[in-house]
Amino acid sequence: VTWVTGWPLSGLSFAAQTKSKKTLAKPNIRNIVVVEGVRIPFLQSGTSYKELMPHDLARAALLGLLHRTSVPKDVVDYIIFGTVIQEVKTSNVAREAALGAGFSDKTPAHTVTMACISANQAMTTGVGLIASGQCDVVVAGGVELMSDVPIRHSRKMRKMLLDLNKAKTLGQRLSLISKFRLNFLSPELPAVAEFSTSETMGHSADRLAAAFAVSRLDQDEYALRSHSLAKKAQDEGLLSDVVPFKVPGKDTVTKDNGIRPSSLEQMAKLKPAFIKPYGTVTAANSSFLTDGASAMLIMAEEKALAMGYKPKAYLRDFVYVSQDPKDQLLLGPTYATPKVLERAGLTMTDIDAFEFHEAFSGQILANFKAMDSDWFAQNYMGRKTKVGSPPLEKFNNWGGSLSLGHPFGATGCRLVMAAANRLRKEGGQYGLVAACAAGGQGHAMIVEAYPK
Amino acid sequence: MVASRAIGSLRRFTASRTLRCPARTHINYGVKGDVAVVRINSPNSKVNTLSRELQSEFVEVMNEIWANDQIRSAVLISSKPGCFIAGADINMLASCKSAEEVTQVSQEGQRMFEKLEKSTKPIVAAISGSCLGGGLELAISCQYRIATKDRKTVLGSPEVLLGILPGAGGTQRLPKMVGVPAAFDMMLTGRNIRADRAKKMGLVDQLVEPLGPGLKPSEERTIEYLEEVAVTFAKELSDKKISLKRDKGLVEKLTSYAMSIPFVRQQIYKKVEEKVRKQTKGLYPAPLKIIDAVKTGIEQGNDAGYVSESQKFGELAMTKESKALMGLYHGQVLCKKNKFGTPQKDVKHLAILGAGLMGAGIAQVSVDKGIKTILKDATLAGLDRGQQQVFKGLNDKVKKKALTSFERDSIFSNLTGQLDYQGFEKADMVIEAVFEDLNVKHRVLKEVEAVVPDHCVFASNTSALPIRQIASVSKRPEKVIGMHYFSPVDKMQLLEIITTEKTSKDTTASVVAVGLKQGKVIVVVKDGPGFYTTRCLAPMMSEVLRILQEGVDPKKLDSLTTSFGFPVGAATLVDEVGVDVAKHVAEDLGKAFGERFEGGSVELLKQMVSRGFLGRKSGKGFYIYQEGVKNKSLNSDMDGILASLKVPPKSDVCSDEDLQYRLVTRFVNEAIMCLQEGILATPAEGDIGAVFGLGFPPCLGGPFRYVDLYGAQKIVDRLRKYEAAYGKPFTPCQLLIDHANSPSKKFYQ
Repeated sequence: VTWVTGWPLSGLSFAAQTKSKKTLAKPNIRNIVVVEGVRIPFLQSGTSYKELMPHDLARAALLGLLHRTSVPKDVVDYIIFGTVIQEVKTSNVAREAALGAGFSDKTPAHTVTMACISANQAMTTGVGLIASGQCDVVVAGGVELMSDVPIRHSRKMRKMLLDLNKAKTLGQRLSLISKFRLNFLSPELPAVAEFSTSETMGHSADRLAAAFAVSRLDQDEYALRSHSLAKKAQDEGLLSDVVPFKVPGKDTVTKDNGIRPSSLEQMAKLKPAFIKPYGTVTAANSSFLTDGASAMLIMAEEKALAMGYKPKAYLRDFVYVSQDPKDQLLLGPTYATPKVLERAGLTMTDIDAFEFHEAFSGQILANFKAMDSDWFAQNYMGRKTKVGSPPLEKFNNWGGSLSLGHPFGATGCRLVMAAANRLRKEGGQYGLVAACAAGGQGHAMIVEAYPK
Repeated sequence: MVASRAIGSLRRFTASRTLRCPARTHINYGVKGDVAVVRINSPNSKVNTLSRELQSEFVEVMNEIWANDQIRSAVLISSKPGCFIAGADINMLASCKSAEEVTQVSQEGQRMFEKLEKSTKPIVAAISGSCLGGGLELAISCQYRIATKDRKTVLGSPEVLLGILPGAGGTQRLPKMVGVPAAFDMMLTGRNIRADRAKKMGLVDQLVEPLGPGLKPSEERTIEYLEEVAVTFAKELSDKKISLKRDKGLVEKLTSYAMSIPFVRQQIYKKVEEKVRKQTKGLYPAPLKIIDAVKTGIEQGNDAGYVSESQKFGELAMTKESKALMGLYHGQVLCKKNKFGTPQKDVKHLAILGAGLMGAGIAQVSVDKGIKTILKDATLAGLDRGQQQVFKGLNDKVKKKALTSFERDSIFSNLTGQLDYQGFEKADMVIEAVFEDLNVKHRVLKEVEAVVPDHCVFASNTSALPIRQIASVSKRPEKVIGMHYFSPVDKMQLLEIITTEKTSKDTTASVVAVGLKQGKVIVVVKDGPGFYTTRCLAPMMSEVLRILQEGVDPKKLDSLTTSFGFPVGAATLVDEVGVDVAKHVAEDLGKAFGERFEGGSVELLKQMVSRGFLGRKSGKGFYIYQEGVKNKSLNSDMDGILASLKVPPKSDVCSDEDLQYRLVTRFVNEAIMCLQEGILATPAEGDIGAVFGLGFPPCLGGPFRYVDLYGAQKIVDRLRKYEAAYGKPFTPCQLLIDHANSPSKKFYQ
C-alpha cells in the first residue's frame, strides 16, 4: 500500500513542519484505519440502563455503528468485544450482541478481557487480524453493565447444589440436605479488588497519590477540570461519537449523564472513600461506576478507500506493558508512553492530542509526576531519562473517564475516537492514547490523523 | 509569603544558634507549623533503644517543646525504617549493681512517661517498625498512636521473656488501654502484635498503609507519609477537631463492664495465676509479679501500682532467671550473625534430597524465603507426602492470616518436586536428608557430585553420623559440611552446623548464610561423634533408660523433667525423637565413647523397636498416641519389657531431686566436655544449642550459664555423689573441675 493522498493540507501544515516523522506508515505493512467509532451515552450505573443486559448495550452500539456507517453487514469479517465483569449467560457477549444486531451468523465473534484496557485489546486484536491479512474489516468494541453484576451462591452452597444433582437416591439427597447450614446462603460478590493483593483499586490509587505526594486539592482541581471540559465539549456538540439509544420502555438516551461540574468547596466537603479518615481519593475525584458500550469499524486502508469511505484516522504503533500490581497498579501510562513513542520514532512534542484514561485524579497526577521524574525512570523503568509529562493544554481536552464515565470494557474505543476526533477538529497529526488497568497492566497507542 | 517564610527560617536559625545546648545525637526535632516533630535516631545502630543518653535527650527535647508557646502539639517518630523503639537498653539494666538501682531506673521511666501522659499538648506516636518493651510503654503514654500497617511494624511487651516486667508504667497503662485480659495476654506471653491487630485491640488509633515507590524509595517515602499523616492528626487533636475517645465494640463494652465488678476481677486474677503457675511450674518469677503489679494498680490505685511495678522490676532484674534469660537473648543475637563473612556465591538454587519430615521441612523454610528449591525423593509416594507437607505448612499460615492464598501459591511455585537429578547442574547447594545410613549417604553423595557444578556445597542433614566419614568418599571434601536441623524444622529455631578439618571457610559461610536466611539460630561446631547437641543428649538419655529400668514410671519421669524446666518430659522426648533413632544414636555413641556413655541398657530400646513401639510416628512408644486424643495414656504393653529389664534402684541416689540432677548433671558435664575438647567454639553457642535444640531449661540459661550462676562446685559435688554410686558416667570433666577449683573462673565474664 502506498501513500495515496499526499501530505496534509494547510490546517495541519504548522504542526506537520515540526514533526520528527512525516507519517508512521511503514513499508510492506498494511495501513489500518478507523472508519468510524461510536458509543451509546455512558450512564451512571443504576440509571436508565439498569434493566438491560450487557449484550443489549453492545447491540445498541453495533446498531449505532451500522447506522452511522451504513456498512453492509456481510462485509464484516470478524467482531471482537472487550468486557470485564462478565455476565455468565452471555460470556461471549460479542457473539450474542452481533447476532442480535442482525450481523450474519457466518461472522465469527469473540470476547476479550484485560480489565480497563479490554476494548484496547479488542481493537489491537483486530489490528493484528488485518495486518496479518486474515481479515479486511473488523468491528471492535466494548461493553460494561455495572448496574447488574453476577452475585453467586457461596462455594459451599454451590458444591451442595452440584452434589445434589449427582445424588441418585432419596437417602443421598437427604443426607446432603442435612449438611446445609444457614451460612451457605451468604452470597459471593464479584470483587472489585485485585486478586493477587486483595486491595481495591481506589485504595491503591490513594496510596499511589500519597507515594507521589499528590495533594487532595490538586486531585479535586484536576477532577473539576475534567468535568468542566466535558461539559463544554458536550454543550458544544464535540462528543460526536455518541449515538442515541432508545431504551425499551424508557425514553431515548442522548447524552452522558455523569458530567457534573461542581465547585472546589463542594468537593472539599467529601470524605475520603477508601483510606479513612485521612486519604485523598474521594467519590468526586474518582471515576464512577458506569454502564455503556462502544463500537468501532476498523479496515485495511485500501478496503476502506475501495468502499468509498473517508477514514478518520490510522491506528499505528501500540504497546502493552505490565508492572507490580501492588504498588504500581495504575502506572501503566508511565511505562507505556516512552515505549510507544520509541517504537513509533516520535517524541512527546510530536503529539498533538493526548487521551489518557482517567481512573482517578490521583492516578493521572501520579503518572504525570512519574513521567516527569528522572529518578523514577532510572530506578524503576531502566531508562536513562524521563519521558516528561504531557502538556495539560493538549491533554484530555474534551473530558475524560472522570467526567464522561468509565464502563470498564468500553473505554478504550472512546479514547481512540476522542483522539481521532480531536485531531480532526483541532488540526493535529498525532494522538497518543494511554490507559492503566487492573493487574498492573497498561497500554498505549499512537493514532495518526487521516489526511483531510 | 516567601519573604515571611525566609524570615521565619532566619529566626529559627538565630534561635538555634543562641541556644547553647550540647549537640544531640539520638533525638532532634523540627517544627511544622505549630507541630513539633521529634525524630528518634540512635547513631551507629540499626535500632533505637531507650538508653540513658536517649532518655535524657528526650526529656530535654520534651521540656523545650512544653516550654515553647509556638508549639501546640508534637509527633514522635523514628527516622529508622523498621524500628520505632526496640525496647530498653538491656546493658543499662545489666550494669546496675542492686535491685534499688534498677528500681530507680524504673522510677525515672515512670516519671518521664507520666509527664507525657499528662501533657496538655497532644503527643502523637507515629510508629513504623518494632515498637517493643519500653518503646511500647512510651507509645501508650502518648495521647494518640498511628502505626504503619506492614509486617515490620509490631507492638509488644516482651519483657517477660527476659525475666522482667514492663517497668515504665506499662503494667499500669496497658490494662487501661486494651482491657485486663488482653493486657495480661500481651505481658505474660510477650507476643508481638501486628499493626492491624493492634488497631482492633485499641492499642493504636490509626493505621497508615505502606507506600510504593514514588519520587523516592518506598521506605523513605512511607516514613515521610506517616509523619505527614501524624502531623495532620496532631493539629486536629490540638484544635480539638477529633476526640480521643474511642468507640468501643460491644464485646469491649461488656468486658469493661464485667471488669468493673470486683468479684469478676478476682476470678480473672485467680484464673490467670493458676494458668501461669501451671505453665511455669514456679520456675519463672516474672509472670506472677506482672499479675501482682497489674492487680495492685487496679485495686489500690495508680500510685500503689507504680510503686509495686518499680519495686518488682528491681527485684526481678536481680534474679538468676532474668540473668539466664538475658544471657540467652545475647547469645541469640550472636548466633544470628555470620562470623564467617560473606560467601563468594549467593545460594539461589537449592536442592534437597529426601522428602521426608526433615527434607520437606527444610524445603518449607527455604521456599518461603524466595530460594528456588528442588525437592527430590526416590519414590513418588514419598515425594507426594513431602510436597503436601510443604503445602500444608504454608496453608496453615494462610489460615492464620500470616499469608494470603496468593502469596502461598507464589511461594509454593519456588518448589519443584522430582525423582531425578534434572536441574542439579544449576544447584548452588545440595542438602541431603536421606535415611541415616552411611552407605546410603555415600551413594547419594557420589550421585550428586556427578551432576552438580564445581561450586556447589554438599550439606548432610544428620543427627549423629560423623561428617568426615560421609565426606570420605567425596572428590571435594572442602565442599562437604553438616547441617543438623531439628524437627519440626519450621518450628525449631536451631541449626547446628558441623565442619570438618577439610571444610573450607567459604563453604561454612555459605551454609550459615542459608541458615540465617531460613530464619535459624546457628551454632557452628566441630565434627565428632554426635557433634554437640546429640552428644549432650545421649548421656542424659542413657540415664533416662536407667531411671526407667529402676522402676520409675514414664509419667513420673516426665513430670520430674518438666518440673525442672524442660519443655518436654524425658520419656515423651524419646517418643518424639523416635525410639529407633534413639537406639541408633545410643549404639553409635556408646561405641564411640565407651564407658562414659553407659547407664541404662540399649536393650530396652531394641525391644521397643522390635515390638514396633517407635514413638509418636508409629502411634505407640512409652505412650499411646491417637489422632485427636489430647491426653495420652501409658502404653501398657511396655510393662512387660520394663519388668524384664528391671534393675534395683540405689536408695541414696533415687530421691526425686536426685533423679533430676542425675539427668541434668550428665547433660551439663558433657556440654562442658565439648567445650574442653574444642567441639564447641564458645560457651554461648553451647547454651543456645542446648536451649533451642534440646529444650534445656531456659530459666537456667543453658549448661554454661547454669554453672556460672549456680556455681561449678555444687555441680561437681553432685557428680561426685553419683559417681560414687554409678562410676565413670558421672566423673566430672577437667574444665568443670577447674571452674570448681577457682570460683572466679566463669564461662561468661
